[in-house]
Amino acid sequence: MLNAEMSQATLPNLTGIVDANRRTDLVMAGIGISVLIIAMSLLAAVVIDLIVGGWPRLMNPDFYLNFPSRHPLKAGIVSAWVGTILVMLVTAGIAIPLGVGAGVYLEEYAARNWITDFIEINVSNLAGVPSIIYGLLALGLFIHGFGLGETILTAGLVLALLILPVIIVSTREAIRGIPLDLREAAYGLGADKWQTVRLYVLPAARSGILTGTIVGLARAIGEAAPVITIGALTFIAFLPPSPLQASPPFINFEWLESPFTIMPIQMFNWVSRPQAEFHINAAATGVILMLMTLAMNGIAIWLRYHLRRQIR
Amino acid sequence: MTQKIFHDQHVTQLSPKTEPPPHAQRESLAAEIRKLSFWYGETQALKEITLSIAYRKVTALIGPSGCGKSTLLRSFNRMHDLYAGNRYSGEICLFPENHNLIELDPFMVRLRIGMVFQKPNPFPKSIFENVAAGLRIQGVQNKKLLSDRVEQALRDAALWEEVKDRLSQSAYGLSGGQQQRLCIARALAPQPEILLLDEPTSALDPIATAKVEDLITDIRNRFTVIIVTHNMQQAARISDFTAYMHLGKLIEFAPTGELFTTPQETLTRDYITGRFG
Amino acid sequence: MPTLPSSLSPAGPAGSPFRASKSFLRRRALWGSFAGGCLLIAAASSVFVTLGIVYVLVTESMGFFAQISLLDFLTDTQWTPVFENAHFGVMTLVSATVTVAGIALAVSIPAGLALAIYLSEYARREVRETVKPCLELLEGVPTVVYGYFTLLFFTPLLQTFIPGLEGFNMLGPGMVMGIMILPYTASVSEDAMRAVPSGLREAGYALGYSRFRVAMRVVVPAAFSGITAAFILGMSRAVGETMVVAIAAGQNPNFSFNPTEGAATITAYIVQMAMGDLPHDSIAYQSVFAAGIVLFVITLTFNLIGFFLRRRFKEVY
Repeated sequence: MLNAEMSQATLPNLTGIVDANRRTDLVMAGIGISVLIIAMSLLAAVVIDLIVGGWPRLMNPDFYLNFPSRHPLKAGIVSAWVGTILVMLVTAGIAIPLGVGAGVYLEEYAARNWITDFIEINVSNLAGVPSIIYGLLALGLFIHGFGLGETILTAGLVLALLILPVIIVSTREAIRGIPLDLREAAYGLGADKWQTVRLYVLPAARSGILTGTIVGLARAIGEAAPVITIGALTFIAFLPPSPLQASPPFINFEWLESPFTIMPIQMFNWVSRPQAEFHINAAATGVILMLMTLAMNGIAIWLRYHLRRQIR
Repeated sequence: MTQKIFHDQHVTQLSPKTEPPPHAQRESLAAEIRKLSFWYGETQALKEITLSIAYRKVTALIGPSGCGKSTLLRSFNRMHDLYAGNRYSGEICLFPENHNLIELDPFMVRLRIGMVFQKPNPFPKSIFENVAAGLRIQGVQNKKLLSDRVEQALRDAALWEEVKDRLSQSAYGLSGGQQQRLCIARALAPQPEILLLDEPTSALDPIATAKVEDLITDIRNRFTVIIVTHNMQQAARISDFTAYMHLGKLIEFAPTGELFTTPQETLTRDYITGRFG
Repeated sequence: MPTLPSSLSPAGPAGSPFRASKSFLRRRALWGSFAGGCLLIAAASSVFVTLGIVYVLVTESMGFFAQISLLDFLTDTQWTPVFENAHFGVMTLVSATVTVAGIALAVSIPAGLALAIYLSEYARREVRETVKPCLELLEGVPTVVYGYFTLLFFTPLLQTFIPGLEGFNMLGPGMVMGIMILPYTASVSEDAMRAVPSGLREAGYALGYSRFRVAMRVVVPAAFSGITAAFILGMSRAVGETMVVAIAAGQNPNFSFNPTEGAATITAYIVQMAMGDLPHDSIAYQSVFAAGIVLFVITLTFNLIGFFLRRRFKEVY
């Protein structure tokens, strides 16, 4: 009797609760999806705004081959993209060996002690140090301390230090992903530590390390702050000396000591001008810069996806 | 009680370290374990094991899981040294030099002693490079020598006919059984003084298992083999000597036929009759 | 008993015909220690970077603190380094930095939480695996591009809604930055939520909780320290972000918490000074490093708190 009453009283209630739950769930999913849509439409707005803004210049071949100029319609980005490529060469040349080496050391060599712990905290903290602080390091140490000047070498060096943590962390993750039994197989044959690392661990971790390196370099390509800090925001209407030459020894390193400009700085320069004509140039530069970074990030994401499937 | 007597006998037999074993016996031995104990951190996994390994024979280690048979096997090529906190005491003497493996450099030990693991673990390289790996690690660069050795090792591992036309293809294209035989070829190529097999067929199907057992039978007169197996029939089929271990101790060691037909210890009898394990 | 029967055939001397040569082993050992040394140097280089940063910030600003007392530095509300009557009240720059970062967090916390809850509790695996790479693309956009966008698109857009908004203001950069750090905060908090053991969730469902209730009553509290870490680390990024504010928030030091006004943040000030050619031993040059120390200390504090919160979270589960 009592039971019957209770179930009659509570049953409609329960369905009410279930319905209410379903509603909150729907609302919640809706909020999540709308945040996603807002974020993605911001990205779309950025891309469209740049393309529309920079269209007239993007379509003009001179834009890619001219030097910067006081006349917005004659100004181009040739010194910027050449500078970006050369700076990236230096950055990659320094950051990859240092970052991969540090990652290998921490993962394969380091004993579990407070020194390792300290290096780990240090790396994770460096990853969070604002890029402009690296600029101050370069200004105080590389320029005024070592007298390297406002050169491609200095810029490449500071960007290399900036992306070092990215490469270290991804190298460690890639190495950690290698199954233990591969390592035991190598040691079981009598390989020493370095042989194991060089012949078996590094080749197996190759694509993971490559992914992290590309992500790091994509970040470096878009960075302006540390390079501005070293005082590189100048008018550059010439190209650095070519790294290759016709006569032996065919390679020269004078370009390392050359003044330069890079894409993000050129863009910042033009955004900061009051005249709207320069903003067109800025937008066009932005499109090319985004193409570079998005392409690199896209490759990295694809590599990671590909890698995950390979492991499965 | 029997246990105690057994131990005392050993101590008296083997304790004078300076005195080498009788000549004839030494000739026939590949190695001898003397009072070997091993600790994983605080846990003692091997308790004063004393055991002889016959030259160019197959010695099987059997026992319930957790008895220490794999631990003992991995002591031979010092695999435990890869991980922190492990500790040995006692000796593993390698003849004829009478070198104590426990005191040698682990990397040097592993150059002399080959190992095959439970699960096939080929390198992500070509079949040829997998077999040549051990030789390359020893610094062999002569192409002719490498290819001769690789062929010989693949023949020893009964894999040559199956792979001779695709030596440059990835080892991952092989079946599980072929991969395990490839791992055996990889371990054989540097001609190790002792070949360690750690449950080499536990991940294989019966047909692949039979092939591995056949190849072990084929190489038994040319290599000294120690095999850990959880499968008593396998031990009975392929080994010359069998050691039964229990809770980190060596309970009984005898020629395989004797151990399986007339075990002396109750524990051994219980295990091989299936009453325990 | 473990003696061998004497019937064994006598064997020849053991030993491999293929023993690695002594000279090879010597070479190998040499290469091994050389490589190990190089790797150690590489690992130590990261420590040298930190030491270098601290060294540069301290030595280059020493001259500054010899002339300006720490009290003035921290309490003065004017920052006029190149004026005749120079004032160095760093709080001027800090006020703008905090305002912009605060706006960024005000956008990023609710949005990031909603996104993380959606991804970790609602979305199917395929959805998650498609969405995350897209979010990463958002992170890959160069900040100078965001600066351009904020100054020339977003601020004019906001001005149509907010009449009093200046051309250079803190609101626009703060909001854009909030979206900019969204991928980071969302993915770190999502990692934290997904690390919550499914047993806890099942306990919630067993009580008849809805998904929403499980998320809010079980998952979020359990992942709280991980989520906090995500937002503290996000805060650190917002504080250190340079190009967006340097382009769109103006370069006028202004002690203000009013988001509709423009004001120079610490980072914007550093950029502005670096663009001019400052004599190496001038007080204005040194003030750049003094401002840098403040920035470094703020971000370091956030980073360390975030690091240890995350680590503690990982230990719990």
